[in-house]
Amino acid sequence: MSAAVVAPTRTEPEWILPSRGRVGMISLIVAECAIFTIFVVAYIFYIGKSLSGPMPKDVLEIPIFNTICLLSSSLTIHLAVRALRSARVNAFGLWWFVTMVLGTIFLVGTGREWQHLIFEKGLTVSTNLFGTTYYSLVGLHAFHVTVGLIGIVLAMIFTLLGKVEPVHGERVEVFSMYWHFVDAVWVVVFTVVYIIGR
Amino acid sequence: MASETIAITGTAEIGRPISERLHDWIVTVDHKKLGILYIVYSLIFLVIGGVEATIIRVQLIVPHNQFVSPQVFNRMMTMHGTTMIFFVAMPILFGFGTYLIPLMIGARDMAFPRLNAFSFWMTAFGGLLLYFSFVGGNGLYGAGNAPDVGWWAYAPLTSRAFSVGHSTDFWTLALLVSGVGSIGTAVNFITTILCMRCPGMTLGKMPLLAWLNLVMGGMVILAVSPLTAAQAMLCIDRYLGGHFFDTQAGGSAVLWMHFFWIFGHPEVYVLIIPAFAFLSEIVPVFSRKPIFGYPVMVAATVCIGFVSLSVWAHHMFTVGMNSYANSFFTITTMAVGVPTGIKIFNWLGTMWGGKIHFRTPMLFCIGFLFQFLIAGLTGIMLGASPFNWQLSGSYFVVAHFHYVIVGGILFALFGAFYYWFPKMSGRMYDEVLGKCHFWLFLIGFHMTFDFMHIPGILGMPRRIYTYEPGRGWEIWNLIVTIGVVFQAAGVLVFVVNLLWSLFKGEPAGNDPWDAWTLEWSTTSPPPDYNFATIPVVHSRRPLWDLKHPEDPDWKYE
Repeated sequence: MSAAVVAPTRTEPEWILPSRGRVGMISLIVAECAIFTIFVVAYIFYIGKSLSGPMPKDVLEIPIFNTICLLSSSLTIHLAVRALRSARVNAFGLWWFVTMVLGTIFLVGTGREWQHLIFEKGLTVSTNLFGTTYYSLVGLHAFHVTVGLIGIVLAMIFTLLGKVEPVHGERVEVFSMYWHFVDAVWVVVFTVVYIIGR
Repeated sequence: MASETIAITGTAEIGRPISERLHDWIVTVDHKKLGILYIVYSLIFLVIGGVEATIIRVQLIVPHNQFVSPQVFNRMMTMHGTTMIFFVAMPILFGFGTYLIPLMIGARDMAFPRLNAFSFWMTAFGGLLLYFSFVGGNGLYGAGNAPDVGWWAYAPLTSRAFSVGHSTDFWTLALLVSGVGSIGTAVNFITTILCMRCPGMTLGKMPLLAWLNLVMGGMVILAVSPLTAAQAMLCIDRYLGGHFFDTQAGGSAVLWMHFFWIFGHPEVYVLIIPAFAFLSEIVPVFSRKPIFGYPVMVAATVCIGFVSLSVWAHHMFTVGMNSYANSFFTITTMAVGVPTGIKIFNWLGTMWGGKIHFRTPMLFCIGFLFQFLIAGLTGIMLGASPFNWQLSGSYFVVAHFHYVIVGGILFALFGAFYYWFPKMSGRMYDEVLGKCHFWLFLIGFHMTFDFMHIPGILGMPRRIYTYEPGRGWEIWNLIVTIGVVFQAAGVLVFVVNLLWSLFKGEPAGNDPWDAWTLEWSTTSPPPDYNFATIPVVHSRRPLWDLKHPEDPDWKYE
């Protein structure tokens, strides 16, 4: 192709397009939102429809500490991205590590909650509708946290090896969008499962 | 013009061992190779799905026929529907999109080439998984092998009690896996179209094919994700003993219907919008006029995208919803006809006063216009809930949606095949064989699907494996089955034409149609890098500007 199909006399404005990473991640997040919507709708639809116990109000305790940890990890990942954007790699590593710890605490907390429910309260996926919908919705969210944590651990390893540089700011920021999404979904799951559903 | 090529070492095809060339196709991340892989893969499944349809029609040719058992009939019906929607229509349209979008927007590849390859192989794996059920489906139970729950797989038929063995699991997992592939492709389409356009190609100057595929990508994201979620729930029910759709434990069978049709109806538009896209490229070129009403076309497409997300329950009028839901879904169903009608008028407006060239792609497009109009009209009939109560679940419905899918989508696809075959292969197809294909397929299509409406009105339910004589259905079923012979002959001519032209066709040159979009500015087939220099465009028809520097389009846009 010749350099210009037609050489017009007009001056060319600068050609700027949106970043691929952001657009791709936003599209993925919209798709994930649709998946979560279906699970949330199923949860709400089946509130109070279980034919046998245990019921949510008998066994569920509000995981306040867990929620604080997960939501504050949104702040720490934001600080990490800002640090990398302004070329402070050490500060990035520190905030990234804090994010990793907070995410891990959340996941361990969910695991302990499940252990309590399964072995002490006898609630499993097949016990009743509450069990089916609860483990599906909370499990779907925990699965997303796990995927996010795998990404965070990988980036942490690269940071410790000294491979992370300010040029990676864009990628880290795109990844942080996913993490913010996982946190935002938790707000919905928390409201539906522990407040409305109880 | 743009036929300059760059020699890249190691790309010469001649003299390389076949194993190495096959290896190239397996590991490729090139959008053109992946597009062709999608298309070839879908064509193979098209033949398989066609054989299943033929078995169904042979069984129904006369009353009390014993060609296949009821069990086999149910499997054929389920596999035909699932194959045609998920492993023919979706991947073939994705294939054309993957091949054409970067070429039409002046890019060298998709935004995420490796995601592109991942999506294709997920889809391919899903199809193989579905067909593996013929081998591995009966498990240890001595139960039926292939899935036989219908392509909607309504609960509680899919529960362990009624679907023993593994056949339903294969169905669920195949759709789950290919759904992940579809979402990946949609993410890739949206990102490519928004972020990879060549300089000067603003959203208002994009080819309509790119615009329509952008809307299609958005719909896939919003519609296929719910199906993936619902399949995950079905897996939880079947493997972990969950109760989502288990009515014995308080679960709801109607919830599955809602989840399935929240996917199922937008899916129709996911398939028809790329067909609209083909028409919007082919009709102007063969009418020798620019498209009539470009902005209205875009607006109508976006409108269809929105409205079609809220029409799903018109598949469920006979389930027993309340009168408000019935009214709402009747009104939205009528409303979605309005932007669709606008598009029909736009194509007619493009043809009006044009110098129409009746080549094979154009013939298929004209066929589309007539048949899609009739399909839309029977759609309006079925969308009125009182009428629907009478005919839901009858052959009238089967005739209606085959009119959309075969008369609309498949005709547009054949048109697209003939239109872009010279670009993809570098050779012209045979015009006489192409016209033979058109007329044979047209006759077969109308024999089969026009006459299929009548037994539906006379009360013949769908999905029955045989029927009693003396109800006035015999003659119609006979004609319908005879039509299949013509359709099969048409497809045979198509395949012969494809293979013959691939090896012996006349060299096509870069631009056999004197067309206006960027894919025709590069060689046929395009080189690995698409464009030696990234083009710069100033109007919706960059090649027109190039060919007519004295009267370029950008002066008027």
